Amino acid sequence: MRRPRLLYVPFWATYVFLYAPIAVLVVMSFNSGDSPYSFEGLSLKWYGELAGNAEIGKGLVNTLVVAAGSTVLSTVLGTLLAVGMARHSRSKVLDAIGVLPAVLPDLVLAIGLLVFYASIRMTLGLHSVLLAHTVFGMAFVAAVVRTRLAHADTSLEEASRDLGAGPVTTFFRITLPQLAPGIAAGALLAFTLSVDEFVIAFFTAAPTEPTLPIVIYSMVRFGVTPEINALATLLLAVSFTVVIVAQRMTRLTESLS
Amino acid sequence: MTRSTVSGATAAPRSRRSRAPGRTAAGRSAVGRLVFLGPGLAYLIVLLLVPLALVLSYTIFRRGRFGGVVYEATGENFTRLLDPLYLDVIVGSLKLASIATVIALLVGYPTAYLIAQLPRKWKTIALVAIVLPFWTNFLVRIYAWIVLLSGPGLVNSTLGDLGLGPFEFLYNQGTIVTGLVYSYLPLMVLPLYAAIEKLDPQLREASANLGARPARTFVSVTLPLTLPGVVTGCLFVFVPSFGNFIIPELLGGGRSIMVGNLIRDQFLKARDWPFGSTLALALLAVLVVLLLLQAWSARRA
Repeated sequence: MRRPRLLYVPFWATYVFLYAPIAVLVVMSFNSGDSPYSFEGLSLKWYGELAGNAEIGKGLVNTLVVAAGSTVLSTVLGTLLAVGMARHSRSKVLDAIGVLPAVLPDLVLAIGLLVFYASIRMTLGLHSVLLAHTVFGMAFVAAVVRTRLAHADTSLEEASRDLGAGPVTTFFRITLPQLAPGIAAGALLAFTLSVDEFVIAFFTAAPTEPTLPIVIYSMVRFGVTPEINALATLLLAVSFTVVIVAQRMTRLTESLS
Repeated sequence: MTRSTVSGATAAPRSRRSRAPGRTAAGRSAVGRLVFLGPGLAYLIVLLLVPLALVLSYTIFRRGRFGGVVYEATGENFTRLLDPLYLDVIVGSLKLASIATVIALLVGYPTAYLIAQLPRKWKTIALVAIVLPFWTNFLVRIYAWIVLLSGPGLVNSTLGDLGLGPFEFLYNQGTIVTGLVYSYLPLMVLPLYAAIEKLDPQLREASANLGARPARTFVSVTLPLTLPGVVTGCLFVFVPSFGNFIIPELLGGGRSIMVGNLIRDQFLKARDWPFGSTLALALLAVLVVLLLLQAWSARRA
Protein backbone atom coordinates (compact mmCIF):
# COMPACT_ATOMS: atom_id res chain seq x y z
CA MET A 1 0.00 0.00 0.00
CA ARG A 2 1.16 3.50 -0.78
CA ARG A 3 2.03 5.88 2.00
CA PRO A 4 1.95 9.43 0.65
CA ARG A 5 5.08 11.29 1.76
CA LEU A 6 3.15 14.44 2.56
CA LEU A 7 1.19 12.62 5.29
CA TYR A 8 4.33 12.26 7.39
CA VAL A 9 4.19 15.99 8.20
CA PRO A 10 0.90 15.93 10.19
CA PHE A 11 1.80 12.45 11.49
CA TRP A 12 5.02 13.57 13.16
CA ALA A 13 3.49 16.92 14.09
CA THR A 14 0.85 15.00 16.07
CA TYR A 15 3.44 13.09 18.08
CA VAL A 16 5.58 16.18 18.71
CA PHE A 17 2.46 18.06 19.81
CA LEU A 18 1.44 15.23 22.15
CA TYR A 19 4.83 14.61 23.71
CA ALA A 20 6.68 17.96 23.73
CA PRO A 21 4.81 19.36 26.77
CA ILE A 22 5.26 16.07 28.63
CA ALA A 23 8.98 15.99 27.81
CA VAL A 24 9.39 19.53 29.11
CA LEU A 25 7.75 18.60 32.43
CA VAL A 26 9.99 15.59 32.86
CA VAL A 27 13.18 17.53 32.10
CA MET A 28 12.22 20.43 34.37
CA SER A 29 11.46 18.06 37.24
CA PHE A 30 15.21 17.37 37.50
CA ASN A 31 16.05 21.07 37.57
CA SER A 32 18.31 22.25 40.39
CA GLY A 33 17.19 25.89 40.06
CA ASP A 34 14.15 27.48 41.66
CA SER A 35 12.66 28.74 38.40
CA PRO A 36 10.13 26.44 36.79
CA TYR A 37 11.15 27.83 33.40
CA SER A 38 14.93 27.81 33.01
CA PHE A 39 17.04 24.70 33.42
CA GLU A 40 20.12 25.25 35.57
CA GLY A 41 21.44 21.80 36.41
CA LEU A 42 20.51 18.26 37.36
CA SER A 43 19.16 17.58 40.84
CA LEU A 44 16.53 15.56 42.64
CA LYS A 45 15.68 18.35 45.04
CA TRP A 46 12.08 18.78 43.83
CA TYR A 47 11.44 15.11 44.45
CA GLY A 48 12.67 15.67 48.01
CA GLU A 49 10.37 18.67 48.40
CA LEU A 50 7.54 16.57 47.05
CA ALA A 51 8.15 13.76 49.53
CA GLY A 52 7.90 16.30 52.35
CA ASN A 53 4.65 17.82 51.12
CA ALA A 54 1.98 16.69 53.60
CA GLU A 55 -0.92 18.00 51.50
CA ILE A 56 0.10 15.87 48.52
CA GLY A 57 0.69 12.88 50.76
CA LYS A 58 -2.79 13.18 52.19
CA GLY A 59 -4.29 13.60 48.71
CA LEU A 60 -2.48 10.51 47.51
CA VAL A 61 -3.72 8.38 50.42
CA ASN A 62 -7.29 9.65 49.91
CA THR A 63 -7.11 8.91 46.19
CA LEU A 64 -5.86 5.37 46.78
CA VAL A 65 -8.56 4.69 49.39
CA VAL A 66 -11.29 5.96 47.06
CA ALA A 67 -9.89 4.14 44.02
CA ALA A 68 -9.44 0.83 45.87
CA GLY A 69 -12.92 0.95 47.40
CA SER A 70 -14.72 1.98 44.25
CA THR A 71 -12.77 -0.59 42.19
CA VAL A 72 -13.92 -3.44 44.45
CA LEU A 73 -17.52 -2.22 44.39
CA SER A 74 -17.43 -1.49 40.64
CA THR A 75 -15.94 -4.88 39.83
CA VAL A 76 -18.55 -6.86 41.79
CA LEU A 77 -21.54 -4.81 40.61
CA GLY A 78 -20.26 -4.42 37.04
CA THR A 79 -19.52 -8.13 36.58
CA LEU A 80 -22.95 -9.16 37.88
CA LEU A 81 -24.57 -6.54 35.69
CA ALA A 82 -22.68 -7.72 32.60
CA VAL A 83 -23.71 -11.35 33.14
CA GLY A 84 -27.26 -10.25 33.88
CA MET A 85 -27.49 -8.08 30.78
CA ALA A 86 -26.01 -10.75 28.52
CA ARG A 87 -27.86 -13.79 29.87
CA HIS A 88 -31.00 -12.63 31.63
CA SER A 89 -32.26 -9.64 29.74
CA ARG A 90 -32.94 -8.39 26.27
CA SER A 91 -33.99 -4.95 27.42
CA LYS A 92 -32.69 -2.05 25.32
CA VAL A 93 -33.56 0.36 28.13
CA LEU A 94 -31.35 -1.57 30.50
CA ASP A 95 -28.48 -1.48 28.00
CA ALA A 96 -28.93 2.28 27.71
CA ILE A 97 -28.86 2.74 31.50
CA GLY A 98 -25.73 0.59 31.62
CA VAL A 99 -23.76 2.81 29.24
CA LEU A 100 -25.25 6.12 30.43
CA PRO A 101 -22.55 6.81 33.08
CA ALA A 102 -19.86 6.36 30.43
CA VAL A 103 -21.38 8.80 27.93
CA LEU A 104 -22.87 11.37 30.32
CA PRO A 105 -20.71 14.52 30.68
CA ASP A 106 -18.86 14.26 33.98
CA LEU A 107 -20.04 17.72 34.99
CA VAL A 108 -23.70 16.65 34.75
CA LEU A 109 -23.11 13.51 36.82
CA ALA A 110 -21.16 15.62 39.32
CA ILE A 111 -23.91 18.18 39.89
CA GLY A 112 -26.54 15.43 39.96
CA LEU A 113 -24.71 13.64 42.76
CA LEU A 114 -24.06 16.90 44.63
CA VAL A 115 -27.78 17.71 44.50
CA PHE A 116 -28.67 14.14 45.51
CA TYR A 117 -26.29 14.05 48.47
CA ALA A 118 -27.59 17.44 49.62
CA SER A 119 -31.21 16.34 49.34
CA ILE A 120 -30.66 13.27 51.53
CA ARG A 121 -28.49 15.43 53.85
CA MET A 122 -25.48 13.16 53.54
CA THR A 123 -22.25 14.68 54.81
CA LEU A 124 -19.55 14.74 52.14
CA GLY A 125 -16.30 12.86 52.62
CA LEU A 126 -14.30 10.08 51.04
CA HIS A 127 -17.37 7.82 51.05
CA SER A 128 -19.33 10.24 48.84
CA VAL A 129 -16.52 10.27 46.25
CA LEU A 130 -16.20 6.48 46.46
CA LEU A 131 -19.92 5.99 45.80
CA ALA A 132 -19.79 8.53 42.95
CA HIS A 133 -16.79 6.89 41.25
CA THR A 134 -18.53 3.52 41.42
CA VAL A 135 -21.30 4.86 39.14
CA PHE A 136 -18.98 5.17 36.13
CA GLY A 137 -16.52 2.48 37.30
CA MET A 138 -19.31 -0.11 37.26
CA ALA A 139 -20.38 0.92 33.75
CA PHE A 140 -16.84 0.47 32.40
CA VAL A 141 -16.36 -2.90 34.14
CA ALA A 142 -19.72 -4.07 32.76
CA ALA A 143 -18.77 -2.96 29.24
CA VAL A 144 -15.40 -4.77 29.31
CA VAL A 145 -16.84 -7.96 30.86
CA ARG A 146 -19.66 -8.00 28.30
CA THR A 147 -17.14 -8.00 25.46
CA ARG A 148 -15.48 -10.99 27.09
CA LEU A 149 -18.86 -12.70 27.60
CA ALA A 150 -19.63 -12.36 23.91
CA HIS A 151 -16.61 -14.56 23.19
CA ALA A 152 -17.17 -17.00 26.08
CA ASP A 153 -18.02 -20.59 25.27
CA THR A 154 -21.48 -21.34 26.70
CA SER A 155 -21.15 -25.08 26.04
CA LEU A 156 -18.84 -25.32 29.06
CA GLU A 157 -21.61 -23.98 31.29
CA GLU A 158 -24.07 -26.41 29.73
CA ALA A 159 -21.66 -29.30 30.31
CA SER A 160 -21.25 -28.27 33.94
CA ARG A 161 -25.02 -28.24 34.40
CA ASP A 162 -25.40 -31.56 32.58
CA LEU A 163 -22.88 -33.09 34.95
CA GLY A 164 -25.08 -32.08 37.86
CA ALA A 165 -23.50 -28.85 39.10
CA GLY A 166 -25.94 -26.31 40.47
CA PRO A 167 -26.19 -22.77 39.10
CA VAL A 168 -24.06 -21.36 41.92
CA THR A 169 -21.26 -23.90 41.43
CA THR A 170 -21.39 -23.40 37.67
CA PHE A 171 -21.16 -19.65 38.06
CA PHE A 172 -18.17 -19.74 40.40
CA ARG A 173 -16.27 -22.62 38.79
CA ILE A 174 -17.02 -22.13 35.09
CA THR A 175 -18.39 -18.67 34.26
CA LEU A 176 -16.16 -16.58 36.54
CA PRO A 177 -12.83 -18.22 35.59
CA GLN A 178 -13.74 -17.78 31.93
CA LEU A 179 -14.43 -14.11 32.50
CA ALA A 180 -11.38 -13.53 34.72
CA PRO A 181 -9.21 -11.67 32.16
CA GLY A 182 -12.13 -9.38 31.33
CA ILE A 183 -12.85 -8.76 35.00
CA ALA A 184 -9.17 -7.98 35.66
CA ALA A 185 -9.04 -5.57 32.72
CA GLY A 186 -12.27 -3.92 33.87
CA ALA A 187 -10.97 -3.56 37.43
CA LEU A 188 -7.73 -2.01 36.16
CA LEU A 189 -9.73 0.43 34.06
CA ALA A 190 -12.00 1.37 36.98
CA PHE A 191 -8.97 1.93 39.23
CA THR A 192 -7.12 4.10 36.69
CA LEU A 193 -10.21 6.17 35.93
CA SER A 194 -10.87 6.74 39.63
CA VAL A 195 -7.26 7.77 40.36
CA ASP A 196 -7.39 10.32 37.54
CA GLU A 197 -10.92 11.58 38.04
CA PHE A 198 -11.20 15.24 38.98
CA VAL A 199 -14.58 16.81 38.12
CA ILE A 200 -16.86 14.46 40.07
CA ALA A 201 -14.45 14.34 43.02
CA PHE A 202 -14.28 18.15 43.01
CA PHE A 203 -18.06 18.34 43.50
CA THR A 204 -18.56 15.44 45.89
CA ALA A 205 -15.48 15.58 48.16
CA ALA A 206 -15.37 17.35 51.51
CA PRO A 207 -12.96 20.35 51.45
CA THR A 208 -10.99 18.76 54.27
CA GLU A 209 -10.49 15.46 52.44
CA PRO A 210 -9.25 16.32 48.92
CA THR A 211 -8.16 13.64 46.47
CA LEU A 212 -4.83 14.00 44.67
CA PRO A 213 -6.29 15.62 41.50
CA ILE A 214 -8.02 18.20 43.71
CA VAL A 215 -4.70 18.97 45.43
CA ILE A 216 -3.00 19.30 42.02
CA TYR A 217 -5.80 21.57 40.83
CA SER A 218 -5.44 23.97 43.73
CA MET A 219 -1.62 23.98 43.33
CA VAL A 220 -1.88 24.71 39.60
CA ARG A 221 -4.46 27.44 40.17
CA PHE A 222 -2.15 29.31 42.48
CA GLY A 223 0.72 29.32 40.03
CA VAL A 224 3.55 27.24 38.72
CA THR A 225 5.77 25.42 41.21
CA PRO A 226 8.53 22.97 40.26
CA GLU A 227 7.16 20.48 42.80
CA ILE A 228 4.30 19.78 40.40
CA ASN A 229 6.88 18.89 37.72
CA ALA A 230 8.25 16.18 39.97
CA LEU A 231 4.77 14.94 40.86
CA ALA A 232 3.78 15.00 37.19
CA THR A 233 6.83 12.94 36.24
CA LEU A 234 6.05 10.33 38.88
CA LEU A 235 2.40 10.14 37.79
CA LEU A 236 3.50 9.80 34.16
CA ALA A 237 5.86 7.00 35.07
CA VAL A 238 3.07 5.14 36.89
CA SER A 239 0.52 5.59 34.07
CA PHE A 240 3.02 4.59 31.38
CA THR A 241 3.96 1.47 33.32
CA VAL A 242 0.32 0.51 33.89
CA VAL A 243 -0.59 0.99 30.22
CA ILE A 244 2.40 -0.95 28.95
CA VAL A 245 1.86 -3.79 31.44
CA ALA A 246 -1.83 -3.91 30.49
CA GLN A 247 -0.85 -4.00 26.81
CA ARG A 248 1.54 -6.89 27.45
CA MET A 249 -1.11 -8.73 29.48
CA THR A 250 -3.74 -8.48 26.77
CA ARG A 251 -1.24 -9.73 24.20
CA LEU A 252 -0.35 -12.62 26.53
CA THR A 253 -3.98 -13.62 27.13
CA GLU A 254 -4.73 -13.26 23.42
CA SER A 255 -1.89 -15.60 22.54
CA LEU A 256 -3.05 -18.09 25.18
CA SER A 257 -6.66 -18.23 24.06
CA MET B 1 -13.99 -20.78 21.02
CA THR B 2 -15.13 -20.59 17.45
CA ARG B 3 -18.69 -21.47 18.23
CA SER B 4 -21.11 -18.70 17.50
CA THR B 5 -22.43 -16.98 20.60
CA VAL B 6 -25.90 -16.58 19.21
CA SER B 7 -26.54 -20.29 18.89
CA GLY B 8 -24.84 -20.91 22.25
CA ALA B 9 -27.02 -18.40 24.02
CA THR B 10 -30.23 -19.84 22.70
CA ALA B 11 -29.19 -23.43 23.26
CA ALA B 12 -28.35 -22.94 26.94
CA PRO B 13 -31.79 -22.13 28.36
CA ARG B 14 -33.43 -24.88 26.31
CA SER B 15 -31.20 -27.60 27.73
CA ARG B 16 -31.68 -26.24 31.25
CA ARG B 17 -35.41 -26.31 30.90
CA SER B 18 -35.38 -29.96 29.84
CA ARG B 19 -33.31 -30.90 32.86
CA ALA B 20 -35.23 -29.04 35.54
CA PRO B 21 -38.82 -30.14 35.38
CA GLY B 22 -39.47 -29.06 38.97
CA ARG B 23 -38.81 -25.38 38.34
CA THR B 24 -40.14 -23.39 35.45
CA ALA B 25 -37.72 -21.60 33.16
CA ALA B 26 -39.46 -18.34 33.94
CA GLY B 27 -39.00 -18.80 37.68
CA ARG B 28 -35.34 -19.66 37.30
CA SER B 29 -34.64 -16.72 35.09
CA ALA B 30 -36.49 -14.42 37.50
CA VAL B 31 -34.08 -15.52 40.24
CA GLY B 32 -31.15 -15.00 37.85
CA ARG B 33 -32.42 -11.57 36.95
CA LEU B 34 -32.75 -10.58 40.57
CA VAL B 35 -29.30 -11.86 41.55
CA PHE B 36 -27.41 -10.52 38.55
CA LEU B 37 -29.29 -7.41 37.52
CA GLY B 38 -30.72 -6.40 40.90
CA PRO B 39 -27.68 -4.93 42.70
CA GLY B 40 -26.21 -3.00 39.76
CA LEU B 41 -29.55 -1.74 38.57
CA ALA B 42 -30.56 -0.62 42.07
CA TYR B 43 -27.25 1.20 42.40
CA LEU B 44 -27.69 2.98 39.07
CA ILE B 45 -31.28 3.93 39.85
CA VAL B 46 -30.36 5.48 43.20
CA LEU B 47 -27.07 7.12 42.25
CA LEU B 48 -27.64 7.94 38.58
CA LEU B 49 -31.30 8.15 37.59
CA VAL B 50 -32.61 9.76 40.78
CA PRO B 51 -29.85 12.44 40.77
CA LEU B 52 -30.54 13.19 37.09
CA ALA B 53 -34.28 13.40 37.78
CA LEU B 54 -33.55 15.81 40.66
CA VAL B 55 -31.47 18.07 38.40
CA LEU B 56 -34.22 17.95 35.80
CA SER B 57 -36.91 18.88 38.33
CA TYR B 58 -34.84 21.79 39.71
CA THR B 59 -35.05 23.56 36.35
CA ILE B 60 -38.64 24.61 37.04
CA PHE B 61 -38.06 25.81 40.61
CA ARG B 62 -36.77 29.04 42.10
CA ARG B 63 -33.63 29.50 44.17
CA GLY B 64 -34.07 30.32 47.83
CA ARG B 65 -32.78 33.59 49.18
CA PHE B 66 -29.80 31.89 50.87
CA GLY B 67 -29.22 29.19 48.29
CA GLY B 68 -31.32 26.04 48.41
CA VAL B 69 -34.49 25.58 46.43
CA VAL B 70 -37.99 26.98 46.79
CA TYR B 71 -40.48 24.48 45.40
CA GLU B 72 -42.56 26.94 43.46
CA ALA B 73 -42.95 26.33 39.75
CA THR B 74 -41.51 29.02 37.52
CA GLY B 75 -40.29 29.45 33.96
CA GLU B 76 -37.81 32.16 34.83
CA ASN B 77 -34.75 29.88 34.60
CA PHE B 78 -35.50 29.26 30.95
CA THR B 79 -36.12 32.92 30.11
CA ARG B 80 -32.86 33.75 31.89
CA LEU B 81 -31.13 31.27 29.58
CA LEU B 82 -32.00 33.58 26.67
CA ASP B 83 -30.42 36.58 28.40
CA PRO B 84 -27.56 37.67 26.07
CA LEU B 85 -25.20 37.42 29.04
CA TYR B 86 -25.69 33.63 29.19
CA LEU B 87 -26.59 33.00 25.58
CA ASP B 88 -23.25 34.49 24.52
CA VAL B 89 -21.43 32.07 26.80
CA ILE B 90 -23.33 29.09 25.37
CA VAL B 91 -22.76 30.20 21.77
CA GLY B 92 -19.13 30.98 22.59
CA SER B 93 -18.64 27.48 24.03
CA LEU B 94 -20.23 25.96 20.93
CA LYS B 95 -17.80 27.98 18.82
CA LEU B 96 -14.66 27.05 20.80
CA ALA B 97 -15.63 23.36 20.96
CA SER B 98 -16.36 23.35 17.20
CA ILE B 99 -13.03 24.97 16.32
CA ALA B 100 -11.20 22.46 18.53
CA THR B 101 -13.11 19.60 16.87
CA VAL B 102 -12.29 20.78 13.33
CA ILE B 103 -8.58 21.23 14.15
CA ALA B 104 -8.45 17.80 15.80
CA LEU B 105 -10.06 16.31 12.68
CA LEU B 106 -7.63 18.05 10.32
CA VAL B 107 -4.63 16.86 12.35
CA GLY B 108 -6.12 13.50 13.33
CA TYR B 109 -7.27 12.26 9.94
CA PRO B 110 -3.88 12.20 8.18
CA THR B 111 -2.30 10.74 11.32
CA ALA B 112 -4.89 7.97 11.58
CA TYR B 113 -4.61 7.34 7.83
CA LEU B 114 -0.87 6.89 8.03
CA ILE B 115 -1.05 4.69 11.13
CA ALA B 116 -3.48 2.41 9.28
CA GLN B 117 -0.91 1.97 6.49
CA LEU B 118 2.01 1.15 8.79
CA PRO B 119 3.39 -2.40 9.11
CA ARG B 120 1.67 -4.34 11.90
CA LYS B 121 4.39 -3.96 14.51
CA TRP B 122 4.73 -0.19 14.05
CA LYS B 123 0.97 0.17 13.96
CA THR B 124 0.64 -1.10 17.55
CA ILE B 125 3.45 1.13 18.75
CA ALA B 126 2.02 4.19 16.98
CA LEU B 127 -1.44 3.52 18.46
CA VAL B 128 -0.16 2.99 22.01
CA ALA B 129 1.82 6.22 21.66
CA ILE B 130 -1.38 8.04 20.71
CA VAL B 131 -3.27 6.67 23.73
CA LEU B 132 -0.50 7.00 26.33
CA PRO B 133 -0.82 10.75 27.00
CA PHE B 134 -4.54 10.23 27.42
CA TRP B 135 -3.90 7.94 30.36
CA THR B 136 -1.84 10.52 32.18
CA ASN B 137 -3.44 12.91 34.61
CA PHE B 138 -5.55 15.48 32.81
CA LEU B 139 -4.55 18.37 35.10
CA VAL B 140 -0.88 17.53 34.69
CA ARG B 141 -1.20 17.77 30.91
CA ILE B 142 -2.90 21.16 31.18
CA TYR B 143 -0.24 22.30 33.62
CA ALA B 144 2.43 21.40 31.06
CA TRP B 145 0.98 24.02 28.73
CA ILE B 146 1.12 26.67 31.44
CA VAL B 147 4.84 25.93 31.87
CA LEU B 148 5.33 26.14 28.10
CA LEU B 149 3.26 29.21 27.32
CA SER B 150 3.30 31.49 30.37
CA GLY B 151 5.00 34.92 30.31
CA PRO B 152 8.49 33.75 31.32
CA GLY B 153 7.79 30.27 29.92
CA LEU B 154 9.88 28.16 27.58
CA VAL B 155 8.33 29.26 24.30
CA ASN B 156 8.85 32.93 25.16
CA SER B 157 12.41 32.42 26.40
CA THR B 158 13.27 30.52 23.21
CA LEU B 159 11.72 33.29 21.11
CA GLY B 160 13.56 35.82 23.28
CA ASP B 161 16.87 34.19 22.34
CA LEU B 162 15.91 34.78 18.71
CA GLY B 163 15.15 38.42 19.51
CA LEU B 164 11.38 38.04 19.40
CA GLY B 165 8.59 38.62 21.89
CA PRO B 166 7.79 38.26 24.67
CA PHE B 167 4.24 37.38 23.69
CA GLU B 168 1.15 36.87 25.82
CA PHE B 169 0.23 33.31 24.82
CA LEU B 170 -1.78 32.30 27.83
CA TYR B 171 -5.26 33.37 28.79
CA ASN B 172 -7.01 33.79 25.46
CA GLN B 173 -9.36 31.72 23.33
CA GLY B 174 -6.50 30.35 21.23
CA THR B 175 -4.94 28.79 24.33
CA ILE B 176 -8.27 27.26 25.30
CA VAL B 177 -8.58 25.69 21.84
CA THR B 178 -4.98 24.44 22.05
CA GLY B 179 -5.71 22.85 25.42
CA LEU B 180 -8.90 21.22 24.13
CA VAL B 181 -7.21 19.81 21.02
CA TYR B 182 -4.28 18.58 23.08
CA SER B 183 -6.52 16.86 25.63
CA TYR B 184 -8.91 15.13 23.25
CA LEU B 185 -6.90 14.48 20.06
CA PRO B 186 -6.42 10.78 20.97
CA LEU B 187 -10.22 10.41 21.06
CA MET B 188 -10.32 11.67 17.47
CA VAL B 189 -7.53 9.46 16.14
CA LEU B 190 -8.84 6.16 17.53
CA PRO B 191 -12.29 6.00 15.83
CA LEU B 192 -10.77 7.42 12.63
CA TYR B 193 -8.12 4.71 12.70
CA ALA B 194 -10.77 2.03 13.26
CA ALA B 195 -12.77 3.29 10.27
CA ILE B 196 -9.77 3.64 7.94
CA GLU B 197 -8.35 0.26 8.98
CA LYS B 198 -11.61 -1.48 8.00
CA LEU B 199 -11.49 0.04 4.54
CA ASP B 200 -10.94 -2.48 1.77
CA PRO B 201 -7.72 -1.42 -0.05
CA GLN B 202 -9.09 -2.93 -3.26
CA LEU B 203 -11.67 -0.15 -3.45
CA ARG B 204 -8.93 2.44 -3.61
CA GLU B 205 -6.99 0.39 -6.13
CA ALA B 206 -10.09 0.03 -8.27
CA SER B 207 -10.63 3.78 -8.15
CA ALA B 208 -7.01 4.37 -9.17
CA ASN B 209 -7.22 1.78 -11.96
CA LEU B 210 -10.27 3.53 -13.31
CA GLY B 211 -8.15 6.63 -13.69
CA ALA B 212 -9.01 8.64 -10.58
CA ARG B 213 -6.25 10.80 -9.17
CA PRO B 214 -5.38 10.20 -5.48
CA ALA B 215 -7.27 13.36 -4.43
CA ARG B 216 -10.37 12.22 -6.32
CA THR B 217 -10.12 8.73 -4.82
CA PHE B 218 -9.92 10.27 -1.36
CA VAL B 219 -12.94 12.53 -1.84
CA SER B 220 -15.18 9.98 -3.61
CA VAL B 221 -14.13 6.70 -2.00
CA THR B 222 -12.08 6.96 1.20
CA LEU B 223 -13.78 9.90 2.88
CA PRO B 224 -17.42 8.79 2.37
CA LEU B 225 -16.61 5.27 3.57
CA THR B 226 -14.85 6.53 6.71
CA LEU B 227 -17.54 9.11 7.48
CA PRO B 228 -18.97 7.18 10.46
CA GLY B 229 -15.48 7.26 12.03
CA VAL B 230 -15.26 10.99 11.33
CA VAL B 231 -18.62 11.60 13.01
CA THR B 232 -17.73 9.47 16.04
CA GLY B 233 -14.33 11.14 16.42
CA CYS B 234 -15.86 14.61 16.17
CA LEU B 235 -18.41 13.67 18.82
CA PHE B 236 -15.71 12.29 21.13
CA VAL B 237 -13.82 15.60 20.92
CA PHE B 238 -16.81 17.92 20.93
CA VAL B 239 -18.68 16.43 23.91
CA PRO B 240 -15.93 16.77 26.55
CA SER B 241 -14.82 20.11 25.05
CA PHE B 242 -18.25 21.70 25.20
CA GLY B 243 -18.84 21.00 28.90
CA ASN B 244 -15.27 21.64 29.99
CA PHE B 245 -14.56 24.05 32.81
CA ILE B 246 -10.98 23.21 33.78
CA ILE B 247 -9.24 24.17 30.53
CA PRO B 248 -11.01 27.55 30.21
CA GLU B 249 -10.22 28.29 33.83
CA LEU B 250 -6.54 27.27 33.84
CA LEU B 251 -5.61 28.27 30.28
CA GLY B 252 -8.30 30.89 29.61
CA GLY B 253 -7.62 32.85 32.77
CA GLY B 254 -11.31 33.31 33.55
CA ARG B 255 -11.63 36.10 31.00
CA SER B 256 -13.47 34.00 28.45
CA ILE B 257 -15.56 31.50 30.33
CA MET B 258 -17.43 28.57 28.85
CA VAL B 259 -20.77 27.06 29.81
CA GLY B 260 -19.00 24.56 32.08
CA ASN B 261 -17.58 27.41 34.18
CA LEU B 262 -21.02 28.94 34.34
CA ILE B 263 -22.56 25.70 35.65
CA ARG B 264 -19.74 25.22 38.15
CA ASP B 265 -20.19 28.79 39.43
CA GLN B 266 -23.96 28.41 39.79
CA PHE B 267 -23.43 25.37 41.98
CA LEU B 268 -20.34 26.24 43.98
CA LYS B 269 -20.30 30.05 44.08
CA ALA B 270 -23.66 31.68 43.33
CA ARG B 271 -25.47 28.72 44.87
CA ASP B 272 -28.29 29.09 42.34
CA TRP B 273 -28.94 25.39 41.85
CA PRO B 274 -32.13 25.77 39.78
CA PHE B 275 -30.42 27.97 37.19
CA GLY B 276 -27.31 25.77 37.25
CA SER B 277 -29.54 22.77 36.55
CA THR B 278 -31.18 24.63 33.67
CA LEU B 279 -27.75 25.36 32.15
CA ALA B 280 -26.85 21.69 32.56
CA LEU B 281 -30.07 20.75 30.79
CA ALA B 282 -29.16 23.09 27.91
CA LEU B 283 -25.74 21.40 27.72
CA LEU B 284 -27.39 17.97 27.66
CA ALA B 285 -29.89 19.10 25.01
CA VAL B 286 -27.08 20.11 22.64
CA LEU B 287 -25.34 16.78 23.21
CA VAL B 288 -28.54 14.76 22.67
CA VAL B 289 -29.12 16.53 19.34
CA LEU B 290 -25.56 15.64 18.31
CA LEU B 291 -25.98 11.99 19.38
CA LEU B 292 -29.19 11.75 17.34
CA LEU B 293 -27.35 13.18 14.33
CA GLN B 294 -24.65 10.58 14.80
CA ALA B 295 -27.16 7.73 15.03
CA TRP B 296 -28.82 9.06 11.88
CA SER B 297 -25.53 9.24 9.97
CA ALA B 298 -24.53 5.76 11.16
CA ARG B 299 -27.82 4.34 9.89
CA ARG B 300 -27.34 6.03 6.53
CA ALA B 301 -23.80 4.73 6.13
